[in-house]
Amino acid sequence: MSLLTPQRPSAGAHTDSAAAFVPDQSRAERTTSYAVADFPVPTGREEEWRFTPVDRLHSLIGAGAETIGGSEIAWESELPAGVTLTEITTERARELGAPAPADRAAVVAVAGAGGAMHLDIPAEAELSEPVRITVRGGGAQPAFGHLVVTAGRFSKATVVVQHTGTAQFSEVLSTIVGDGANLTVVPVQEWTDDSLHLGQHDVVVGRDATVRHIAVTLGGGIVRLNANATYAGPGGSFEGLGVYFADAGQHQEHRLFVDHEAPHCRSNVEYKGALQGETARTVWVGDVLIRAAAEGTDTYELNRNLILTDGARADSVPNLEIETGEIEGAGHASATGRFDDQQLFYLQARGIDEDTARRLVVRGFFASVVGRIGVPEIEEHLMAAIDRELEGQPVEPLEVTA
Amino acid sequence: MSTPEKHVLEIKDLHVTVETDQGTKEILRGVTLTINSGETHAIMGPNGSGKSTLAYSIAGHPKYTVTSGSVTLDGEDVLSMSVDERARAGLFLAMQYPVEVPGVTVSNFLRTAKTAVDGEAPKLRTWVKDVKQAMGDLRMDAAFADRGVNEGFSGGEKKRHEILQMELLKPKMAILDETDSGLDVDALRVVSEGVNRAKEATDAGVLLITHYTRILRYIKPDFVHVFVDGKIAEQGGPELAERLEAEGYDRFATPATTSPTA
Repeated sequence: MSLLTPQRPSAGAHTDSAAAFVPDQSRAERTTSYAVADFPVPTGREEEWRFTPVDRLHSLIGAGAETIGGSEIAWESELPAGVTLTEITTERARELGAPAPADRAAVVAVAGAGGAMHLDIPAEAELSEPVRITVRGGGAQPAFGHLVVTAGRFSKATVVVQHTGTAQFSEVLSTIVGDGANLTVVPVQEWTDDSLHLGQHDVVVGRDATVRHIAVTLGGGIVRLNANATYAGPGGSFEGLGVYFADAGQHQEHRLFVDHEAPHCRSNVEYKGALQGETARTVWVGDVLIRAAAEGTDTYELNRNLILTDGARADSVPNLEIETGEIEGAGHASATGRFDDQQLFYLQARGIDEDTARRLVVRGFFASVVGRIGVPEIEEHLMAAIDRELEGQPVEPLEVTA
Repeated sequence: MSTPEKHVLEIKDLHVTVETDQGTKEILRGVTLTINSGETHAIMGPNGSGKSTLAYSIAGHPKYTVTSGSVTLDGEDVLSMSVDERARAGLFLAMQYPVEVPGVTVSNFLRTAKTAVDGEAPKLRTWVKDVKQAMGDLRMDAAFADRGVNEGFSGGEKKRHEILQMELLKPKMAILDETDSGLDVDALRVVSEGVNRAKEATDAGVLLITHYTRILRYIKPDFVHVFVDGKIAEQGGPELAERLEAEGYDRFATPATTSPTA
């Protein structure tokens, strides 16, 4: 396992399909802005778009896309006492500390939304029940959204954001977590297979705060989520977990960028995905940057893909950029493998029929991530959904009991 | 207590091939062997003689092709059964290299296997007690039940786990493929005691495949078969094992397998 994969291109080191494009010297140099004009329409040759079928995303990233947003998205919420959900302006979202859009999709989403929803968890609130927000698509019309989640200092909460129905949806989810708070955000993607979903999910980890972002992607034609973590002070901890299951015709892309600027912070990223069927496609890109000031950083990222049938393709690209030697640890691991027939033989040799054996192996593959979600309702739903995927049946969306 | 039913595993003139880079290769060249309930047959032989191929062919591993001959359990055609059907019919293979199944806990695996083999879920209370007892007997820590199947197990732990399954699944016929390899003396004794217990409890027939005579001090064979070049070259009682221990396999070496410069 190589520990260091610096992105700086040394002369003639290697070339790839993006060779014609001049890459950033560092992940830190990518543009962030609220001005749509600062981001040209992607061609698909750019480093951050080279895996994405951009030709199918015109309605969400094309010229003038921000002006055509429909309103076919319904927001439903279930809020424990003390938690509020209000409409705010984009200016207010910026004041609250929402990071700026970092690509064409996000800048269009913020402009197209023309404001934001603000979910506030008050300081020191300890919620026993998750906050549930359901984003329900009503048709294949472009729609934009911006959700700002603020968790006050020393609060403890879980927020489940369920995406369901049919939509062409581009959104920004800005999560700003106060000092010492403990927040878990779980975006669940269970769109119909003709849906498009682009998302920029920012997490700002407060001093000594613990934040978990857990992406669960099962449905949608194209789902592309960029999760970015930054630290507002020392002692913070970020955990990025992900589970995805791609069927024929689905493109599921998860990109992570953990930007360690503050000292003595931790990050741990673990994504596991299964692919089944011709043209099932997944992309995972994990960028970690440890800046010079981030002494005492401890980071690890892992991606595993399980290819169940021929014709599926998984890309997995971990990148680690380190600007200081004074760190606790930094590592990454990535592996994509086919279904292991030896495991199947072992289980069948104990009398277990082939279908049950397959289910056991795939459930086992996901268990290490699913078991850490910590929201029983999501864990059970996810395992049941994986069983249904294996049986080739459509996934039944998580039913939110309002 | 009722007398256990008697079962018989009959292997007749079994020929098995495997695909290699150099083409199809015949590994078993006519193996005939009958094992009755309560009998222990030791199969001994040098590396590459086809001992493991015999074990995997009976269990139904897809890598091996049976070209002729038959295998029956109580008259039923084993070769026409799928791998899991063979196990449900009462065959058990303790593997030399048990496979890791990450994320599937030992307790979940054991319960699933028991349910499959018996055709119904075991009664929870007695099952938990049985598992605990069997694990204790095999000197396995209770925490084992929560680990992934063979995940990060040492060589000795894997072998104990195989015999744990034999004790719990109660097969009619058990094939033990080099269960003694890689075990220290203490582990060998514990594992052997487990095999003897399992055999006594159900009057199972045992086919014990081994390279060394060491395990035969703990598991007493009724019959010893010497396997050379895909066939049984000689058979006899326990005294044959003692002779092998003293003389080795050299006298069975065929010209084809002896290097002239050796």
